[in-house]
Amino acid sequence: MNTAKINRNSTAKRVVFAAALAVAALGLTACGHMAMMASHGAQPPAAEAFGLGPRVSQKHTYTAQLLPVQPLRVRQLQSVPVLITDAQGRPVENATITVDGGMPEHGHGLPTQPRVKHGNASGKYEIEGLRFSMAGWWEVKLAIDSPAGADRITFNLSL
Amino acid sequence: MRSRIVRMIGAAAIALLTALGASAHDLLHEAEELSLGSLEPLPADSSNRFADDERAADLGHLLFFDARLSSNGQVSCATCHDPARQFQDGTALAKGVGSTARRTMPITATAYAPYYFWDGRKDSQWAQALGPLESLVEHGGTREQYAHVIADHYRDDYERIFGPMPDLRGNPRESATAVFVNIGKAIAAYERRIRFAPSRFDRFVSQWKATGKQPKDILTNDEIAGLTLFTHKANCVQCHNGPLFTNYGFHNTGVPVRAGLADDHGRRAGIANVKGDEFNCRSRWSDAGARDCLELAVLPTPGPAHERAFKVPSLRNVAERAPYMHAGQYATLAEVLDHYNRAPAAPSGHSELKPLNLSRDELRQLEAFLHSLSGPLDAPAKYLRAPQESHR
Repeated sequence: MNTAKINRNSTAKRVVFAAALAVAALGLTACGHMAMMASHGAQPPAAEAFGLGPRVSQKHTYTAQLLPVQPLRVRQLQSVPVLITDAQGRPVENATITVDGGMPEHGHGLPTQPRVKHGNASGKYEIEGLRFSMAGWWEVKLAIDSPAGADRITFNLSL
Repeated sequence: MRSRIVRMIGAAAIALLTALGASAHDLLHEAEELSLGSLEPLPADSSNRFADDERAADLGHLLFFDARLSSNGQVSCATCHDPARQFQDGTALAKGVGSTARRTMPITATAYAPYYFWDGRKDSQWAQALGPLESLVEHGGTREQYAHVIADHYRDDYERIFGPMPDLRGNPRESATAVFVNIGKAIAAYERRIRFAPSRFDRFVSQWKATGKQPKDILTNDEIAGLTLFTHKANCVQCHNGPLFTNYGFHNTGVPVRAGLADDHGRRAGIANVKGDEFNCRSRWSDAGARDCLELAVLPTPGPAHERAFKVPSLRNVAERAPYMHAGQYATLAEVLDHYNRAPAAPSGHSELKPLNLSRDELRQLEAFLHSLSGPLDAPAKYLRAPQESHR
């Protein structure tokens, strides 16, 4: 009985050890980036908080969805269409939108000051001049103002 | 019981090997992103309608080497940008008719860049070429003087490409500026043809990709370890990413002040200067339409984030281009790597670096990897030496 218990324990230990090795190997590639993250204190949000949307604004005034024609790329200056709707799902016209953002892990903002123009379809706007200077977690924050009110939406993007 | 243990260890070993395999796959993917094979086609230069005109490139080649384009007849572009030395001069501070406050920048593959000079104060190759020509410490002359050099020595070539030479006597400033701009556009057409050819690193990647096996005889183990450090622990790819090993950005990395030089605010001053530049994309001398000048339209407002930020140079052929940094602060690659490892505070503004805690061996491996990025230049052979013909 005692022997069996010891065996079970040692089996469990070995399995845990082997699993730890495998996890360590899997984690190898992430090590450098993890170290950078830790040094700046910012932690990326959960996976479901990443993506192009649709995302609801902080005060639930608007919903925004990024609709890039091509996948977002590193280094290139690019323009990204965005669809803005109100709480009832109606397209929002005549909104003033400003763009901000950056890399929380690295403590820097966007390398450009993108501008937003009204697009050629209802509720569609064009974010012009976005650039991501490296791969990793980027925040793109939209400040939206229209007669429906002022509100903000943050997109978390993984380049 | 024993067979269960063996099975479990076996399963763990398979998981480990799979993980290692995935890691090698990641390294290939990361290396591919840095290899010349990933380089996009040369972007059009809408600001210079002569950019791809071969006659303009030939004229630009002649002008690049012509020391008559200087106040003392002794300084040409090639004085500092020597094709035999990676189009640079190997000295900390460039010397023209006087002494400058910055390190000569290489020109290879700069046609890909949105901004020029260490502080990005120009936004095209042709506008860049005009800066040193009128700098008091570089070529030291004036556009009026240079327009007469063209009228006296290059009139036929000039008129074949650009049309009739303006009358330099009536409205001399305006007509000299028109000729001066075309000098820049011809030099840019020449520089645009100077590119990078594959290095040992590129051959390593292309063979790995073609055979599916990591080649054993192209890079040393140290160089491969250096590549892994470059993309991971040292995180050099934060700025030195893509096939030209640059994100085209400007960053404050806490590079020390060089004694004896005036305060250098880097990009903070460069943003303001390029916005107001007489030859920028939106200027009347540019061939671009207003819609082509998006880079200028989305320039940020200069502020503390840009203080002492300097251009991220390409690392291709970097081992052939000592000394390093914007004022040649470091004599060797080892000194540069030591700087990034220590991450000292910035003299002004805020350094983006954090200490890397790399061991001496790791620093040596990183340096070895940087040496694997050396390769020949890709350009017509005649463009890599002084012109054979002389224009009198």
